[in-house]
Amino acid sequence: MLRTARGQVLARRTSNRMRVTVRLFAAHREAAGTSTYIADLPVGATVSDAYASVCGSFPSIAHSAGSTAFALNRAHVGGDAPLHDGDEIAILPPVAGG
Amino acid sequence: MNPHFVLTGDPLDEHAVAALLESDGAGAVVTFVGRVRAHSSGRDVTKLEYEAYPEMAEGVFRQIADEIRERGGVIDVVIHHRIGTLQVGEVSVVVAVSAAHRSPAFDACHYAIDRLKQIAPIWKKEHSSDGAVWVEDRP
Repeated sequence: MLRTARGQVLARRTSNRMRVTVRLFAAHREAAGTSTYIADLPVGATVSDAYASVCGSFPSIAHSAGSTAFALNRAHVGGDAPLHDGDEIAILPPVAGG
Repeated sequence: MNPHFVLTGDPLDEHAVAALLESDGAGAVVTFVGRVRAHSSGRDVTKLEYEAYPEMAEGVFRQIADEIRERGGVIDVVIHHRIGTLQVGEVSVVVAVSAAHRSPAFDACHYAIDRLKQIAPIWKKEHSSDGAVWVEDRP
């Protein structure tokens, strides 16, 4: 741990990793047993990378994927959208409102 | 909260929705009311369970209204959707559109409910005597 002369702790730079919140719904939420998942990803990761991370933790989601869509910070995006630390993504199974 | 775009666990009132569209220029108000049907693909439905991404849904309703305004001819749009457990006959969605004349109001209302089913982050689980399944609509 690094300290200054006055004893303050210097935050370690962890700029090569980032954390994003992943929201799960409906069949995916039930398959995972949770509605929220924190993905720890390398800087430069995309929405597809986060999805792969979720599927790695909860393989049953991959099996129920169908025509899964994505949202990033509450707007629809494609899988190639870049992520930033603190982002919220949502994995959207086929919708059925109305 | 904008009263025009609402996701709620409370029962919907289509008359209150239409009342939001009262204006001197609105010669036509078209309201679509979606209700829980007792039968689906040969199954006897007992209830529907609606789930949404609430922080996103109202923004999508607003986006649909913006798309309609870009098409022109419409005065105002209201979209209310219910979530939670609904019994047969209960109202799940109300879409209402006002316009000077009937034709653009009908067209816009039709567009709005189709678009909602296509892009709104809402899901429903259908409970029947055969069990419960998440519905995958084909828009």
